[in-house]
Amino acid sequence: MPMVTLTIDGKEVQVEQGTTILDAAKKVNVSIPTLCYLKDINVIGACRICVVEVKGARALQAACVTPVAENMVVLTNTPAVRNSRRMTLELILSNHPFECPTCIRNQNCELQALAEAFGIREVRYTGANPEHNKDDSSVSLVRDPDKCILCRRCVSVCEKVQTVNAIGPQGRGFDTVIAPGVDMGLAESNCVNCSQCVLVCPTGALHERDQIKEVWAALDDPKKHVVVQTAPAVRVAIGEMFGMEPGSVATGQMVAAIRKLGFDKVFDTDFTADLTIMEEGSELLERVKTGGALPLITSCSPGWIKFIEHFYPALLPHVSTCKSPQQMFGALAKTFYAEKAGVDPADVFSVSIMPCTAKKFEAQRPEMNASGYQDVDVVLTTRELGRMFKQAGIDFNELPEENYDDPLGISTGAAVIFGATGGVMEAALRTVYEIVTGNTLASVDFVDVRGLEGVKEAIVKVGDLDVKVAVAHGLGNARKLLDALQAGEADYHFIEIMCCPGGCIGGGGQPIPTNYEIRQKRINGTYAADEAMALRKSHENPAVQQLYKEFLEKPLGHKSHELLHTKYTPRGKFNSAV
Amino acid sequence: MEAKSICRCDLNAELEKVIAQHEGKKDDLIEVLYWVQENYGYVPKDVQQIIADKMNVPLSTIYGVITFYHLFSLKPKGKYGISLCKGTACYVRGAPQVLERFEKELGIKPHDSTDDNMFSLEVVRCLGACGLAPVMTINKEPRVRMKPDLVPGIINECRNADK
Repeated sequence: MPMVTLTIDGKEVQVEQGTTILDAAKKVNVSIPTLCYLKDINVIGACRICVVEVKGARALQAACVTPVAENMVVLTNTPAVRNSRRMTLELILSNHPFECPTCIRNQNCELQALAEAFGIREVRYTGANPEHNKDDSSVSLVRDPDKCILCRRCVSVCEKVQTVNAIGPQGRGFDTVIAPGVDMGLAESNCVNCSQCVLVCPTGALHERDQIKEVWAALDDPKKHVVVQTAPAVRVAIGEMFGMEPGSVATGQMVAAIRKLGFDKVFDTDFTADLTIMEEGSELLERVKTGGALPLITSCSPGWIKFIEHFYPALLPHVSTCKSPQQMFGALAKTFYAEKAGVDPADVFSVSIMPCTAKKFEAQRPEMNASGYQDVDVVLTTRELGRMFKQAGIDFNELPEENYDDPLGISTGAAVIFGATGGVMEAALRTVYEIVTGNTLASVDFVDVRGLEGVKEAIVKVGDLDVKVAVAHGLGNARKLLDALQAGEADYHFIEIMCCPGGCIGGGGQPIPTNYEIRQKRINGTYAADEAMALRKSHENPAVQQLYKEFLEKPLGHKSHELLHTKYTPRGKFNSAV
Repeated sequence: MEAKSICRCDLNAELEKVIAQHEGKKDDLIEVLYWVQENYGYVPKDVQQIIADKMNVPLSTIYGVITFYHLFSLKPKGKYGISLCKGTACYVRGAPQVLERFEKELGIKPHDSTDDNMFSLEVVRCLGACGLAPVMTINKEPRVRMKPDLVPGIINECRNADK
């Protein structure tokens, strides 16, 4: 690639031809503010916040889309640049509600941060400010078009990363809203509830359905026995809400803080992640033995499940019948646990803390009532949990670490890695290998399935069988595997699919920002947490073994089928109608 | 003035043929939508779904295009399509007052149709007859030197012609 030399704010820099001014500026530590820009995903030069002066050019240029040229002279801090950015900001703000203190993104809003950085103290203009209807039809997320600045980041993520295309710009001018087609609410549309759009929204126009109040009400109700489960990916992200480095493993502090909120029992979704491996591993072996539908595809990720229900309903027989760990936990909390603890299941209030908003939808699926009650009552995201800690005045960073409660808090490293892409596959391989061969693995690390590459493949020798596996994360990558499968070009035995890029650590309920670098750090934290565990294989989990002995009998047994397995619902390609 | 007839018989079969002509060309979406608007008189929801499915274009995109261009409508256009010019010459010669009167008499805003499907109202830019401003058309037939007081008469004329 030919190189180009230019100067930015007087500093000479050499970059590859085709590089944008924005990226070239980063090389010489010149930071240019952006708003609509989203690396590799939304590069449209729409918001004009990143404008810079290019000597010889007629007008200011948007740095995010302008390629460098030989001998180009770029100035990023001139009166013209500063005035233009201020003007742009004021115009955006002129059509934006001034509700910062009551906004869900207060103090974590890119528009607010820019307004502060540019010292905007008054807005000279009044925009049309048309009132749009808030879309709160979805149980997972809320769309508030009044706060939307039409940056298109959400549209791009939904289209390019997830290939769902649930939302797009509708109407024109001031009346434009980002919404599903034909006046549908999100609930009626083919939105899979992943909330990758929420992670990239610079303002409060898209956000999770906040259910903190419902949890406080249960905690304040003396009749309720409130139990909580925490997903694997929450522990490596919750610390970010309290200033910790991304990827910090804050399991102990999190457990202590949750206990301080007043929960009766603090349990771990990791327990049922181990249980999932027992059931799903057995299902895989069963399908290989009896000639069932192969490849078997994982079913832990509810965004992924809704995606296949909408777009590839014919492939549903490939999906494991195992419920997700959240729902397995829910079914056990109001049966096995309630019985053991001597609590009336009607009084058990089951909360789960998830990195995910699709889990809110999953918990409310009509079939998720194996216990005779709604198995999981309320799902909170990592962000909501962080806010609850703040509301309770908990000094998170200073808390001494505490342990989960027995028995649904006992888990292995195999369960921890469920949070990262490739983790369920690796956990399954650890167990399937040892169960089939009867040998102990020399190393439990299957590194081929780790990391942020979109589609990963591996062949693992298990006894006489070469087990061919594939892993995809992000629905665009999932689509590649499914298209291959449909075309008869995928001879895998087992496929892991996670809805969100990076797996659950990059879920739509995680702290904002969640970007590529932060995802990688959370993945590193996840594998560090795995290595720190005494037990690293699901079948070695003593509490799971005990559960089978006392209650479930055996994997895929009668009781397992009743409580731990489920069925799926084909849906329309463009709407949720069954 | 001739009233447009709106009939969906056989249109769906015809639509399939039109879509087939544009197979594999997502960029032709507007052409297909234009055909639908011309022949159905609007772009019905179920037709949007058919196009989305057959042309493999997201429904959210199709709806976006329809709501962006005023040429397309989501409601059946009225039997009598009124297009009122609000270009510069018509504007200064009183088009806003004429429009206001139409809105009042018909009880609708521009880009909408009356509930009885008799009238639809559009605002357009320059019909090329500035010397005769303000200008409007009813189903493409021009009416010139419009005044607000002429509006009730025109509406009655259409109603009577329909009887």
